[in-house]
Amino acid sequence: MPERDCDTVIVGSGPAGATVAEVLTAAGKSVIMLEKGRNHLLSLDAPFGPLGEVSNDEIKFTSRHFLGPDPWLEPRTFRHSEADGDRLLTGEVNNLPSTVGGGGFHADGKLPRFREVDFRARSELGPIEGADIVDWPLDYDELEPYYSEAERLVGVAGDARANPFAAWRSEPYPMPPGPDMFCAVLTSQAAADLGYHPYRAPTGVNSVEYDGRPACNNCGFCAFYGCPIEAKGDPVAPLRHALATGRCEIRPESYVTEIVREPGGRRATGVRYLDAHGEQHDVTAEHVVLGAGAFETPRLLLRSEMGNPDVVGRYLMYHFQTLALGIFGFRLHAHRGRAVTHLMDDPMLLDDVAIAAARDAGLPYFRGGIVEHGGAAHPIMEAVHLPMGEGHTRGMLASPMRDRMAAFTMQGEDLPQITNRVDLDPHVTDVWGYPSGRATYRPHRHEVACAEHWAPRLEAVMRAAGAETTFWVTSPPVEGPGGRNPDPTPQSRHVMGTARMGNDPRTSVCDRWQRLHDVENVMVADSSVFPTSTGYGPTLTIVALAIRAARALVGQEPLRSERPTPA
Amino acid sequence: MGDAFLTEGEHAAVEAAADALIPPLEDHPGGAALGVADYVDGLLSAFDHDPPRIFAGGPVSGRHGGAPGFDTFLPLGRHEELAWRTRIEGSLGIAERERNGPTRGWQEIYREGLAALGDDFVDCEPGERLRRLREQPELLGVLHPHACEGAYGAPEYGGNRGLAAWRAIRYEGDVQPRGYTDEEVTGRA
Repeated sequence: MPERDCDTVIVGSGPAGATVAEVLTAAGKSVIMLEKGRNHLLSLDAPFGPLGEVSNDEIKFTSRHFLGPDPWLEPRTFRHSEADGDRLLTGEVNNLPSTVGGGGFHADGKLPRFREVDFRARSELGPIEGADIVDWPLDYDELEPYYSEAERLVGVAGDARANPFAAWRSEPYPMPPGPDMFCAVLTSQAAADLGYHPYRAPTGVNSVEYDGRPACNNCGFCAFYGCPIEAKGDPVAPLRHALATGRCEIRPESYVTEIVREPGGRRATGVRYLDAHGEQHDVTAEHVVLGAGAFETPRLLLRSEMGNPDVVGRYLMYHFQTLALGIFGFRLHAHRGRAVTHLMDDPMLLDDVAIAAARDAGLPYFRGGIVEHGGAAHPIMEAVHLPMGEGHTRGMLASPMRDRMAAFTMQGEDLPQITNRVDLDPHVTDVWGYPSGRATYRPHRHEVACAEHWAPRLEAVMRAAGAETTFWVTSPPVEGPGGRNPDPTPQSRHVMGTARMGNDPRTSVCDRWQRLHDVENVMVADSSVFPTSTGYGPTLTIVALAIRAARALVGQEPLRSERPTPA
Repeated sequence: MGDAFLTEGEHAAVEAAADALIPPLEDHPGGAALGVADYVDGLLSAFDHDPPRIFAGGPVSGRHGGAPGFDTFLPLGRHEELAWRTRIEGSLGIAERERNGPTRGWQEIYREGLAALGDDFVDCEPGERLRRLREQPELLGVLHPHACEGAYGAPEYGGNRGLAAWRAIRYEGDVQPRGYTDEEVTGRA
């Protein structure tokens, strides 16, 4: 065997890569992790403590791209279809942090599991014209023990009995829920009164001291911020665990240019990357793991000419977001505490009313997504949305957005369409000189019809909760009464599907263990492998899948769990 | 603050513009009194300092306990410096700044845009100031978000003088390490 630099080289340090690093190093394997962004998360020297750079600073985090990617350095492009030409816009498109910790760094930590039907949508729900709905190559029962392991690893606070529609689970959450936000107390009570089923959200935010990290002190800077006290279940914990074994090396500011393949072979020998000074290096490894996210992973595969060329980059999915907003006559102080403390799954169910509405729209059925009960954010965000002049200061004093607005965000299921894709822009490049990623995306009428069905119902809940004014928008915007959002790009940071897994190498990129069909020692650990988007946040499922795939990579026995017997 | 990209006249024009965008009302000071012009000048002259005044430090400001760290700015990486110099100074024909085409820098946009507002801009009524600003869309496109950041951001960046904006809008700001109690999160008050 040739001598290698490490057992596994991991590209990306977000929830996927960090999870794989923890599993592999715990199994005695050596890991080199390459992250194109800078490190603000933790010291890379023992005892791997915080760097003290994370703060409650709206300018740094939301105006100045502290977590990256800076859209000037790493522009992406967007178009609806080829009819738009090469691109409609250049700049920020679905950016997730480019930094050690990746997307987990800025996430607000809602961590629901998927339900059983989400893995068998084709078999149980059926096809929809114009979409390529498929079953996953594994089912919920197989993934359940990995969900439990993921909840332990991240540290999830929740109430196992709260959601009447939840899939079965073998273990309780590791922590109880944290404090409810005031506005969600109002909206969840109203929802329950109207026959819906809100529940206290499972969140990756410590409600008690956990894994050596403190309980959250409710500072309110969760979504789009890092946690200054490490109370959030971002990848700081698995990365610290991996570093502590002495078998993990993290190299920030290391941009992987290509996966290197054996000449004419079915194996990769490692990766090639540019360091912070622009100097080129190779890392050789037995395995290559890609955890760069569902936008950057297909971009790297396309550059490396790996993966099924008919499928890589295709089936790009987001969550089609429907926002129903309510402005109250009194202050809600939604900037305190967790960003979201309640959820409800009702739009994921196929009741008679929803099926009738779908058929009116020419669809056999539709499914929305989880509804997040949340509020607004901090003052600069409010200020830039208010009118200039006299109305500005009056608005800031009254604070209709920051302090008196409650928000429902439905993370609507986005159907997989072969025409929605990530590919390489023919002209625009990043700061390293490589073609930028380009999104070509248009929602299916399923998403639009479902939004139009649910939005007025969610508005009704807002009014029942006491909102004086309600309205709704979608992202991406749609034509019609709800289409008032001027930005054509989806705002969702849930990006999925661009290297889908499946049992048939002709129609998928990865096998059921997330390895490329055509290059057997390259594994995709992130949400690129999702065959469908469901309507739930992806992070916990990313982590569960990564644990499962990483254990398989080192030959560990599959985890098993028992479905509890009904009492 | 000692920052000095803006001339005295330009500084006054930014103050006048800031008061037109964010007029004083009740106990809410206007953009001028909040220090928006100092914020803008600090940003335009960020590279006069080492480290450049782009990313304030952490983890806490000291306003709610702990040792103050915001006023120790963080060093930039090589690419971050390239991006921020290009934004502020413009691409200036430098090849690595013109990868995807030339960029007009904020310094140039402010200098030309403020001049185009007219010598009498600071003496105009607020409505006229707004009208003239709208006739300079490139300037307004950068000045408006900068005014919002300067008025309502952390004061270590030069604005939100005396925390007057946060106090007026009943916002506690950066609350670490105190945070909020569970009752402050869940209760009505």
